[in-house]
Amino acid sequence: MHHGHHGEGRSSYHALAQGLGWFSIGLGLVELLAPRRLGEPLGLKGQERLIQAYGLREIATGVAILASKNPAPWIWARVGGDALDIATLSSGLSYQDQRRTNAGLAIASVMGVTALDVTCAMGLQKEARAQRMLEMLPMLADMRSRSGFPQGVETARGVADMASVAPEYRVPEPLRPLDESRGSGTAALLAGPAETDVVVEAAGSIGGQDEGGLGLGRRDDRKEVVGIH
Amino acid sequence: MKALTWHGKHDIRCETVPDPEIQDGRDAIVKVSSCAICGSDVHLYDGMIPFMKSGDILGHEFMGEVVEVGRDNKKLKVGDRVVVPFTIVCGECDQCRRGYFSVCERTNRKRENAELAFGHTTAGLFGYTHLTGGYPGGQAEYVRVPFADAGPVKVPSHLTDEQVLFLTDIFPTGWQAAVQCDIQPTDTVAIWGAGPVGQMTVRSAVMLGARQVICIDNLPDRLAMAEAGGAIVIDFSKESVVERLNELTGGKGPEKCIDAVGMEAHATATIDSMYDRVKQAVMLVSDRVHVLREMIYVCRPAGILSVPGVYGGIADKLPIGALMNKGLTVRTGQTHVNRWIDDLLRRVEEGQIDPSFVITQTASLEDGPDMYKRFADREPGCIKVVLKPGSPTANQLPAE
Repeated sequence: MHHGHHGEGRSSYHALAQGLGWFSIGLGLVELLAPRRLGEPLGLKGQERLIQAYGLREIATGVAILASKNPAPWIWARVGGDALDIATLSSGLSYQDQRRTNAGLAIASVMGVTALDVTCAMGLQKEARAQRMLEMLPMLADMRSRSGFPQGVETARGVADMASVAPEYRVPEPLRPLDESRGSGTAALLAGPAETDVVVEAAGSIGGQDEGGLGLGRRDDRKEVVGIH
Repeated sequence: MKALTWHGKHDIRCETVPDPEIQDGRDAIVKVSSCAICGSDVHLYDGMIPFMKSGDILGHEFMGEVVEVGRDNKKLKVGDRVVVPFTIVCGECDQCRRGYFSVCERTNRKRENAELAFGHTTAGLFGYTHLTGGYPGGQAEYVRVPFADAGPVKVPSHLTDEQVLFLTDIFPTGWQAAVQCDIQPTDTVAIWGAGPVGQMTVRSAVMLGARQVICIDNLPDRLAMAEAGGAIVIDFSKESVVERLNELTGGKGPEKCIDAVGMEAHATATIDSMYDRVKQAVMLVSDRVHVLREMIYVCRPAGILSVPGVYGGIADKLPIGALMNKGLTVRTGQTHVNRWIDDLLRRVEEGQIDPSFVITQTASLEDGPDMYKRFADREPGCIKVVLKPGSPTANQLPAE
């Protein structure tokens, strides 16, 4: 079902791409075979060679679109070609006669086709991304099964103890947070005889932030610290 | 014998090279049963590490069977099954006795290079640059293990290669990265990079009891694997890392930040990343340090930065003001594998963790060059590659 839906979406953008491919070839043939008849009304007299070159470009792009499994890059190439066409046609706007009107109409037409090109290319890319994600689903499901913990993540939480694995990698006692330095002169001075954790909690709330219980119920495993092995 | 050799950027070959020989009484020759491609091998593949020579044999994650021992080696005997830490250690110098094995003072046989680049020598490493000794590595059928009475650790037969292979590097590396953070039950630990080291770091931080473990990457397969290990994940291509981390920590920032990425950060959409890439392209810097900058910026003041990610040379535009004024502690280093390996082997035996979860491809040595490319290209589903020297055919995973 999902696959079928995807297939339908794919076919509509691909159909548009096919249409643009045939349009490209058709326009290219006209440019190649009748450059004078096409160019003169647009104010491009004397630029027949350029028009023919554009024709070859259109034909090549059209063939590539029709032949390619992934036409998106070639549709983007058409967008680039459209920009060239518009730049060339804009020279016809400098006339003060019918050629100006013709050039304006031609530019408007090209811009319309450009909008179609962009829509098509973006749609094809979106489809390709969706297809890639679809293809990745089984692999992602496999990755989600790889916890690495034979007894499950929750059992693994806290199974190791900093104090037992690496006492010498711990923050040196004189630099530890005061709430953790129970019995030290400074901590006692700041915290008083009451629970130091509560003082730190209060201090943490000065900025209006709630630490969500940080500091409470803290495991004081430093008593287990032994010397460097 | 067959071995994977380095011939320049993106040029790894599987070719026939001379068999290794005992050169010192403490040596052993190991027939490699399994070896892996490491993320730091990709730095070599990408031509990011200086002092490499054409023909160098790669590989520093390997294990196998002892087939020959030097006359002075009283620890190993022929037939022993061993894992070999990637750091070569003498076991006798001041640093080794202190447990700082990765800065062993005696095993870098090209110490003059290290002294020139780093000021002092560090330990010799298998299959890496001539800054660290230029020792032939273990992505080969056989490998000479120097100081083999100090580094290699025997492993029990009931554990598979896949379960113990990563004791050579990535598991202890992830473990040390987490341990360096002095993780407290109230801590949020943020880990940049969900590659193999990042995956092991996630598991280590979970085992060490962090309140919240967060992993940052942009590849869906790696993020899915990190999530499976107990991490909250952030896709940096879809959301702001700083905003999300602050959101998850009530605006305070993570107490502990770990860089499991190193010198080739792949973030591309930030100004500083573009700056790094331009300067790297014209050889004005060697290392891209986007992750370090972000960690310094987002870490909670008085927090700890741990850096297992490999850096090679010179960086630029590090926010030293933030680092200093926030009172951050930075802990770095290659892994002191022998410091952790016995404890981690015990944890594997007890079933607390099974590091084989990270393996996504198993292939023959001949497939190595292609596997390097697939791993370096971060092909979807390719997270950790294990190579089996002597294996005639590739057994590619995951299966369809």
